[in-house]
Amino acid sequence: MVSLEDFGRHETAWCPGCGNFSLLEAMKKALVLLQLAPRQVLFVSGIGQAAKAPHYLNANLFNGLHGRALPVATGAKLTNPELTVIAESGDGCSYGEGGNHFLAAIRRNVNITLVVHDNQIYGLTKGQASPTTEEGVVTKTQPHGVAATPFNPVAVAVAMHAGFVARGFSGAEDELAGLIAQAIAHPGFALVDVLQPCVSFNKVNTFSWYRKRCTTLPADYDPTDWHGAMQRAQEWGDHIPVGVIYRNDRPSYESHLPVLGQGPLVGRTLDKNALAEIIAAMA
Amino acid sequence: MTKPCTILIGGVAGQGLLTIGHLLAKVLVRSGYYLVVTQSYMSRIRGGHNSFAIRVAPTPVAAPSETIDVLIALDARSVDEHLADLAEDGIIIMDGAVAAETGDRLCLRIPAGEMGLAALFNIVAAGVASGLLALDAGVLTRTLGEEAETLASAGVALQAGLDWQRQSGVHRPLPEPTAPMPRIMVNGNEALALGAMAGGLKFAAFYPMTPGKSVILALLAHADRLGLVVEQAEDEIAAINMALGASFAGAPALVATSGGGFALMVEGVSLAAMTETPVVIVVAQRPGPATGLPTRTEQGDLEFVLHSGHGEFPRAILAPGSPEQCFSLAARAMDIAEQSQGPVFILTDQFLADSYRSVAPFDPTAVPTVLPHERAPDDTPTYQRYALTDSGISPRALPGRGDGLAVADSDEHTEDGHITEDLGVRVQMVEKRLRKLALLERLTLAPEYCGPASADLLLVCWGSAGGAVTEAAELLAARGIRAAALHFSQVWPLVPDQFLTYLQQARTVLGVEGNATGQFARLLRRECGFAVHGQIGRFDGLPLTPEFILRRLAESGW
Repeated sequence: MVSLEDFGRHETAWCPGCGNFSLLEAMKKALVLLQLAPRQVLFVSGIGQAAKAPHYLNANLFNGLHGRALPVATGAKLTNPELTVIAESGDGCSYGEGGNHFLAAIRRNVNITLVVHDNQIYGLTKGQASPTTEEGVVTKTQPHGVAATPFNPVAVAVAMHAGFVARGFSGAEDELAGLIAQAIAHPGFALVDVLQPCVSFNKVNTFSWYRKRCTTLPADYDPTDWHGAMQRAQEWGDHIPVGVIYRNDRPSYESHLPVLGQGPLVGRTLDKNALAEIIAAMA
Repeated sequence: MTKPCTILIGGVAGQGLLTIGHLLAKVLVRSGYYLVVTQSYMSRIRGGHNSFAIRVAPTPVAAPSETIDVLIALDARSVDEHLADLAEDGIIIMDGAVAAETGDRLCLRIPAGEMGLAALFNIVAAGVASGLLALDAGVLTRTLGEEAETLASAGVALQAGLDWQRQSGVHRPLPEPTAPMPRIMVNGNEALALGAMAGGLKFAAFYPMTPGKSVILALLAHADRLGLVVEQAEDEIAAINMALGASFAGAPALVATSGGGFALMVEGVSLAAMTETPVVIVVAQRPGPATGLPTRTEQGDLEFVLHSGHGEFPRAILAPGSPEQCFSLAARAMDIAEQSQGPVFILTDQFLADSYRSVAPFDPTAVPTVLPHERAPDDTPTYQRYALTDSGISPRALPGRGDGLAVADSDEHTEDGHITEDLGVRVQMVEKRLRKLALLERLTLAPEYCGPASADLLLVCWGSAGGAVTEAAELLAARGIRAAALHFSQVWPLVPDQFLTYLQQARTVLGVEGNATGQFARLLRRECGFAVHGQIGRFDGLPLTPEFILRRLAESGW
């Protein structure tokens, strides 16, 4: 039996009240729900306060560079599909520096889960606008207010027919754990965009701001209806829908690769006779 | 004709010059000849002027030559471009319907239109050239028939060319070949791919870029059979990060690119070093800066590759000089990357990438094969990915393959792989990573010295320049000059004990490189205090040739 204790408790570098704490607990709960032991899971993260999260639980980890969690996760998953691979980072890392990788990961549909700590601000570098910061928000580096429209990761993912798209809220820890568990269980690329406060640098989208707006999708909502999902994905205002916005059963990228039908790449030996035959055929 | 013979096929892209270039080269290889192919092409799909030159000899040959003996001109421009390089007894083969000034050279004008074969003139010309050189018609016909896209009419065109030549009464038979059979025809990038696979490669990622791309195509040709995943990434940044993810999970990994693509990969070089993840990075050089000359050759990225990546860390840079070395050094690169747990480079270039040769079949059992999962560390719950060791090498666990957790971090980290700002740990980790240099130095290949001891003139070169420089030294020796060549197939790290006496004992030492500034010579001076006495550099996009080197030497009195 895998239990919460297996993932340990570690000292963090986060501000008191940060949304990261409940996201970390929700992640552990999701792994326990799925009975995944630390050795079965590989976290891949980028750079930022969110990207430190996997340091604070017991599991395999590749904490790489800013924006690059998804390519590393892709390479690792294609090498060993038996690993549960979870990419975890913030909104700047995932949608800014890593924007191209985000689009490519949705298209490729490798069986990895991306959990984004979306607090609509750059925290580690102390309060610059991120791709999801709302228009007009004044920061030290956007003194006249953000002039660009915010990136809507959920709408983009749905528009691109991503296999699994969910939005969570760090203030609803158990519900979030359930969403993350569903995302991990989905056999393809899965996005969980998690709204969470940054207590130090985002004075607009506070905990109570989110709490007032985040509304769980009704029980009869059909996440397999793409048109309905597109509509939900664009709701942002007094009510922000939370839950599984969209899913489909697109076959995973791995299922298209005949090589992986023979098991993971790791652990396989080289057929030197076959290679010698290939070389001999060049005569 | 006892000396090497060069057959150059020139034409517009799309006229089928590659088809007959491959055909003639393959027939020559199968007949037991040695050859060096030089491909020169413009960066376009159709039109322009391209050439495919085959320098063929009955005995080993390793460099291209500028003098043309048989010019197959598929258009008038090919005559204009190459007439000046045609030997006095050289022959032009062209379509009689094409008007071109051919001077006093012997010109075989084939009435392809009257033969009803104007559209297949390239094949007719190949038949004429084959007859001229007295190639085996059986080998020729069989080789043409193996081409999957061969039309029935191609056989007719080939025979028409052979018949026309017989009636012309013009002959230039090649001397008897001497290469021991069997031989394979392979270019530098194909040999690199085969070597990497022999070395245990399981994962490659790329974003298409000439001339690095053909390594990937050669891998893809055999990926399904040999169990490789080859992934086209969204950009070069993704490519190297994917390779690192794959390597971390236990698949020996490679990326292949060229200058501008490698520029994007640079953050990944530093990441490989910090996370101590093995990766082989193939950089096929072309002239820069920026987009430069996309389809031409240069040795201009040595300093870039040597200094790529922020921070201080060890690396190895291999620079093969021939397809044989491409094979053995690619396998070696896989092994060095795995042993040293970090980035290893293979520096090649367009000339070598595209240069077909006749080589003895490579033996995959003669090179080491990396199997990361067989080097299982003590996989206990107390396992530490970055355990401090005397060698700087820590046992490498693979995620999901044991009870130990594999934790890697691009931040400075503790022995267990977690982020730290403990400055004492920082110092320990820097020293640990740098200790790996000793291993890399032990694995460094010595340069090859060719010529008399205490030479009057020593030509120093690296990578693909080796063949041309060695032949230039031999030509000088034949003129009674005590000349020698020193060829480096590994350019980093440098171990002066392996070569410094060669430099010190020669009267004059010249650097010969395919770049404008003498990058390797500068590196030699930095690492062992030896300053070369002069420099020959080529940076017009074409490969170094013995003739180019001798011309430059003549200008300075040699």
